[in-house]
Amino acid sequence: MAVEGKTIDALSQFELTPIVAGFTNSNLYMLIAGVAISALMVLGMQPRARVPGRLQGLAEVSYQFVHGMVDEQVGHEGRKFFPFVFTLFMFVLFGNLLGMVPYSFTFTSHIAVTFTLALVVFILITAVALAIHGMKFFGYFFPEGAPIALAPIIIPVEIISYLSRVVSLSVRLFANMVAGHVMLKVFATFVVLLGSLGGIGIIGAAAPLALNVALVGFEFLVAFLQAYVFAILTCIYLHDAVHLH
Amino acid sequence: MPQLDFANPLVLTQVLWLLVIFGALYVLLSKVALPPIARVLADREAAITADLETARALKADADAAIAAQEKAGQKARAEAQAALRAAVDAAKAEAVKAEADLGSRLAADLAAAEARITAAKDQALGAVRTIAAEAAAEATAKLTGLMPDAGAVVAAVDAALAAGQRR
Repeated sequence: MAVEGKTIDALSQFELTPIVAGFTNSNLYMLIAGVAISALMVLGMQPRARVPGRLQGLAEVSYQFVHGMVDEQVGHEGRKFFPFVFTLFMFVLFGNLLGMVPYSFTFTSHIAVTFTLALVVFILITAVALAIHGMKFFGYFFPEGAPIALAPIIIPVEIISYLSRVVSLSVRLFANMVAGHVMLKVFATFVVLLGSLGGIGIIGAAAPLALNVALVGFEFLVAFLQAYVFAILTCIYLHDAVHLH
Repeated sequence: MPQLDFANPLVLTQVLWLLVIFGALYVLLSKVALPPIARVLADREAAITADLETARALKADADAAIAAQEKAGQKARAEAQAALRAAVDAAKAEAVKAEADLGSRLAADLAAAEARITAAKDQALGAVRTIAAEAAAEATAKLTGLMPDAGAVVAAVDAALAAGQRR
């Protein structure tokens, strides 16, 4: 898989393969992530203990982490968006972490997936802003007090910056996951290629191997960080939608 | 890059399945998983608050009990000290009385003894006078052959004794 005819093939890990009726390997890992999240949150909370055990503690910590984030960023009005942000955060986090399991598929490394998630966020914040502020929402694109003469410049810029949220949100996660997994694959391939030379090659293989060990740790950080960034940006956008600046 | 191969129909079906799975997960979490967690956390907070409240009340009780205890202790100490002082005073008064009694008894004894001594002295002195008078009468009889007048001898002896006493 990694070494085919002694060339570096870092991209085949992103290949979609159908399992059944358009249900791909990517979707399989989404399903695994969903089941794992549900198991953690439902089964982990089953004891309902006053003093939580490890699994219940983990479920509660995740709950409180996202709850604190929503509370802090969106404020009191953000309470009803908490389940959505929580689902989003856990889904992205588990997608990223599942990708760290060898031979698994990282569904967050697909721009189609991250873009869809970002689009869901975008539609949600636009709908919320329209529902709360009605037509006043469009005032968002032209700040009060700005000279009317500048409107032809300001309005397009504001609209583009608003629309670019979808792109920046989706591309950030996609690019981070792809870059990390390509690097892991490339250095892992180096290890195999150098190792297969024997002698000096085996000694030479130690360097990319060491680098890969460090990269794995780094990728776990990225997995968590990108899920956090995705969720917190969603919260900030929700804050904008609820308060219009 | 397979991700950008949008001609691949699997990219589209992947997104459709993503929406199904993500939507199902959202419904499951928001309806089934998250409400009990909120309840457990709220229950815990309420329980902790109630426990703290109870602890605070108990502490107040304990403080009151300690204060009462201290007050009772102080009262008891004061009472004990008063009783002690009274006992000491009574004992002192008794001692003073006993001392005074002893003093008066001793004084009486002393006075009686002195009276006895004086009587004995007077008696002894009386005897000396008689002896001296007899001795003087005999000495005078031997020297002069005449029996002196008893009254004159006694007067002479008295005068001599008085002179001796004066010296």
